[in-house]
Amino acid sequence: MSDGPAENQRPSPRQTASVRLHRFPEDLPAVQNEVLEAVSAHEYPGASEFALRLVLEEAISNAFRHGNKSKPDLHVDVEWAVEPDRVVISVEDQGAGFDPESLPDPTDDDRLELPSGRGVMLIHAYMTDVSYNERGNRVTMVYKRPS
Amino acid sequence: MAADSRLRIQSIESVTQVEFIDRNILDEANIQAIGEEISELIARADTPNLLLSFSNVDHLSSAALGALITINNKVKEKGGALRLANIDPQIYEVFMITKLNKLFDIHESRDEAMESFA
Repeated sequence: MSDGPAENQRPSPRQTASVRLHRFPEDLPAVQNEVLEAVSAHEYPGASEFALRLVLEEAISNAFRHGNKSKPDLHVDVEWAVEPDRVVISVEDQGAGFDPESLPDPTDDDRLELPSGRGVMLIHAYMTDVSYNERGNRVTMVYKRPS
Repeated sequence: MAADSRLRIQSIESVTQVEFIDRNILDEANIQAIGEEISELIARADTPNLLLSFSNVDHLSSAALGALITINNKVKEKGGALRLANIDPQIYEVFMITKLNKLFDIHESRDEAMESFA
């Protein structure tokens, strides 16, 4: 006797959603878990789950800390869509925006021992494509399923 | 060790070995507390020799890397040594991408790391 729905009767995870986050890091795990549940349902490899979990944390952390300057009354909007061959995630803060070209290289010798400044680099390393809106307060990340 | 410690700590041959207790230990919510707990270990030691085992870690963010850099700086300031061990390939890739594999002394196993303190 089972306590809940049978395996084949459980609702499928959402494939696309738009959520508004108000607190960091408290609101991060829920959106990570929902995206990863959809990714798992599409049978992406484990390395994909690792990458997507990481970039969600980096992008959302940057949005709250740098975009919103950690102001408690500002929110961050996350939109995501999981498709069979790609995942698209957008993260938008309420800040003035920034110029991604202006970021220093955290791997320079004189920056290697600094404790911060690696989030954007990791996003670019793991995502297939990364783009920003003109204002610089919204990042869109595309991850293509590895072949 | 505090009742709600996230670390398993033991001292062996003048080396303080630290292991993280649960797999999500290095997420944003826990980083600060972990950093503070390890900083206390460093502060209490005359010459801190610290081995961090990542055997239970399957996720690492730039915030965790920042905490590790801060720990490394504190250990060096006191003339001590820091070793990292048991890092799985996905986590190690993060160190490589950020070139922090050049900053940290990383070993495959705890035993190998312990030998390096000699």
